[in-house]
Amino acid sequence: MTVAEFAEKYSLEVLSMPDPSREIKGGYMGDLLSWVMGRAKADQAWITIMSNQNIIAVASLIDVACIILAEDVRLDESIVENAKAKGVNVLAAKSPAFEVACEICHEIK
Amino acid sequence: MSEALTLHFDVNGEDFTSAGQASVRFKKNMRELGVDPEIIRRASIAMYEGEINMVIHAHGGVADVNVTEDAIEIILTDKGPGIPDIEKAMQEGYSTAPDNIRSLGFGAGMGLPNMKRYTDEMKIESTVGVGTTVTMKIKLK
Repeated sequence: MTVAEFAEKYSLEVLSMPDPSREIKGGYMGDLLSWVMGRAKADQAWITIMSNQNIIAVASLIDVACIILAEDVRLDESIVENAKAKGVNVLAAKSPAFEVACEICHEIK
Repeated sequence: MSEALTLHFDVNGEDFTSAGQASVRFKKNMRELGVDPEIIRRASIAMYEGEINMVIHAHGGVADVNVTEDAIEIILTDKGPGIPDIEKAMQEGYSTAPDNIRSLGFGAGMGLPNMKRYTDEMKIESTVGVGTTVTMKIKLK
């Protein structure tokens, strides 16, 4: 399932979507950035509640399909602009991280 | 890629939120060279961790990259406080990062272990009070 399809199906807010056709091939949940960099894999959707500027660089370097901010976490406009500039997809969910993970799990099975 | 390509980056130690600029630029350079995406991923994560370390602990530093036909070599040099116990610093979960850094999601004690995990060779030379040089190599063949 693509990032755009996932956002549509589960009514996630699109904050940045420079690459809508990117396939989601798995998921990783975590807020400790080095932990995420050590464990997450390319093409996964990264679910986090961390909302500082550094998440964009991390997402770009580990090459995830998208960042999904859970629990209705918001991003500053400057961070959204940075995500667009770096080609990083960012979605926002009102639901808790666990529910977002369940939705991803449902779609990739 | 018959000749070696060298890149030099200054890592600004003042601005934590912009940390990672060198690694992101490095990643773009490697893409343009046509390096295998998984190798780029490993090398750029390792370099980012090193960059973050220099910003957190050493007020910045420099990153030099040499790309040959056989390998990518990344050399990170800083004039920071040095690492008193390298063996301890290499343990997963061991961190000396301050609280303000932890609140940003860093300081989990995974930086150096990740650098080792994602590279084929890693060497740390450090003198307390003088600085640290980390040399990492990622094989291309």
